[in-house]
Amino acid sequence: MNDYLWLLVALPLIGATVNLFVGRRLGERVSGWFGFTIVAVSFLIALVAGIGFITSGATSESIRLFTWIPSVGADAAILWDPLSVLLTLIVTGVGALIHLYSIGYMHGDERFPRFFAFLNLFIASMLILVLAANYAVMFVGWELVGLSSYLLISFWFTKPSAAAAGKKAFIVNRIGDWGFLVALMIIFATFGTFDFQVIFAETPVMFGVGSATITAITLLLFVGATGKSAQIPLYIWLPDAMEGPTPVSALIHAATMVTAGVFMIARSAVLFDYAPTSAAIVAVVGTATALLAAVIAISQTDIKRVLAYSTISQLGYMVLGVGVGAYSAGLFHLTTHAFFKALLFLGAGSVIHAVGGEQDMRRMGGLRKAMPITFITMGAAWLSISGIIPFSGFWSKDEILAATFERGGWWMGLWLIGILVALLTAFYMTRLFVMTFLGSSRVEEGIRVHESPGTMTFPLIVLAIFSTFMGWLNTPFRLAFEHYLAPSFSALEHPEEAEASTLIVLGAIALAVALVGIAAAWRRYHRDEMPAEEGSFWRSGRAGFHVDDAYGRWIVAPGRAAAAWCASFVDPKVIDGAAHGIADGVRGSGTGLRVMQTGQVRWYASGIAVAGVVLIVVFLAIGGGF
Amino acid sequence: MTVTVTWYLILAAGLFSMGVAGVMIRRNALIMFMSIELMLNSVNLTFVAISRELGLIEGQVAALFVMVIAAAEVTVGLAIIVAIFRKKASANVDELAELKG
Repeated sequence: MNDYLWLLVALPLIGATVNLFVGRRLGERVSGWFGFTIVAVSFLIALVAGIGFITSGATSESIRLFTWIPSVGADAAILWDPLSVLLTLIVTGVGALIHLYSIGYMHGDERFPRFFAFLNLFIASMLILVLAANYAVMFVGWELVGLSSYLLISFWFTKPSAAAAGKKAFIVNRIGDWGFLVALMIIFATFGTFDFQVIFAETPVMFGVGSATITAITLLLFVGATGKSAQIPLYIWLPDAMEGPTPVSALIHAATMVTAGVFMIARSAVLFDYAPTSAAIVAVVGTATALLAAVIAISQTDIKRVLAYSTISQLGYMVLGVGVGAYSAGLFHLTTHAFFKALLFLGAGSVIHAVGGEQDMRRMGGLRKAMPITFITMGAAWLSISGIIPFSGFWSKDEILAATFERGGWWMGLWLIGILVALLTAFYMTRLFVMTFLGSSRVEEGIRVHESPGTMTFPLIVLAIFSTFMGWLNTPFRLAFEHYLAPSFSALEHPEEAEASTLIVLGAIALAVALVGIAAAWRRYHRDEMPAEEGSFWRSGRAGFHVDDAYGRWIVAPGRAAAAWCASFVDPKVIDGAAHGIADGVRGSGTGLRVMQTGQVRWYASGIAVAGVVLIVVFLAIGGGF
Repeated sequence: MTVTVTWYLILAAGLFSMGVAGVMIRRNALIMFMSIELMLNSVNLTFVAISRELGLIEGQVAALFVMVIAAAEVTVGLAIIVAIFRKKASANVDELAELKG
């Protein structure tokens, strides 16, 4: 019945192709609206198909499009189940809003159609990734997402820092891709197929819990996830990705790219279920990332970098969620985060737009009056990410923490760190909000602060509505979201539902902690004189605790030295040496042998005669004539 | 004292050696040419002698072939020598060393 689902991927691809080749001729207006419309149509198709799917009560459907690589049995196929429906809706829905916003934001850019071509390609790549019915197709989407992010982050490539950021994102992601690729090889060697449904059906039959093979596969998959979802140790590309245009940051952080790692772990839930060690490592890495990024976010002064580190931190929550085994909680946070983080980025873009490209929050402040829509919508996102009831972030974050708490034992430690991160999150988001919108203006003289155009504020309003009410889909009182996703995780054992009283106490703790964070930041920043923040903590925090420098010194510098050594020794001496050696040998033997060529016919005849005699002697010797 | 096939073979070997020596020692192109003919005919002699000794016809056939080829070769060879003589006014092969490496 869902034969038309291939259109979901095909439409953005068509959009990308058209914008790439004839976009310049179409002009800015047509090309932008075309790029937006085609993604919006994708969203409508997904919406219709998704509603049809949910109401039909089906659990999953596999749609085979064509045979792709027969030798490994990989078909181009779509797996249409609650998980992929959810991600498709997020990707196309939030993606369409970001397209709309970009029409206003990128207005006047020289390479406007090119930008929309890349945006469409990004959406198409992400849809290939989430709709894939096997790991092979998923890997194609995975790589295309990496490519699109590279193209968009370094969109303003004439700026050296943007070109470097794109390169960094690509290379760091390649390290993660390596893990994913090796995992795929082991999967194929073990199961002889890439098909999700076959693999997940075979796993319980072939392996016991904690098997070494499954542990190896899941750990390598997680290496891939740390690249895309920006976890320790591969998170360093994400703050630099701020060099791209702001809609790109919103797209990467909210709808596409960073959700890929979490999605992939959720998709491989059965495998992670059979590798408790890997799942525990996933949870610990997620918690550590959440904490580190939150601490760094406190000290940043660039509005976009605060948001970048907050994304890393929130991704840490999601990874913790899927590591704990609370897949629906992790995905619920992914969903709510997609809305409020897209909103935060688009709001930040609106702010940056208004103050003439300034990104330093110390030179903002008091924007509340000049841009009321941005102010109110950003406020919704701020309360949501801080975890204030009843905004969406509260419900989803609380659910992850509750699931962690329920595991008991040493997991309680992770819960405690999670609560601490909630405190820090509330603190740095309040800091951002207060420094940007409240207090007195510190904007440079001569800049007329103005509200953004309608194409930019409309997405903000839509996203704000979702950020506020999305959380009600899944409250402890009504688990609609969890029941909806259940078929995708039907193979897993469901953890026991926590007691209602426990949930209320945990929620109250989280809420109290968030309020404390907000109050502390409010007291500190809601005043005319900003604190100086020049201590050693603030300085090293602004530098990301020198993690980048350490990578530079211990990994990049040796790599460069090795490359330089290859250029100065291996290439001229070994490779050129071999080529020159062969040439010299041929020339030398030629010089030696030319004395044979006397030009005298009698000399040649003598040669033939001597050779004849020698041959006769040899033949006789072999034949035993002597 | 009967004349056995060995005698023929010894004679042929002698002729062949004379031919080889002629090619290697003499400088006159015509003489060298004649020496080559001598070698060819010594081989012919061997063919025929062995053919008769073993009662096989193939040796004689081969000898006929050699004669035919030799006739053709003589025409070509002599033509080359004449051409060289016209150019150099000499039949000394040692003067023809243009291909010296």
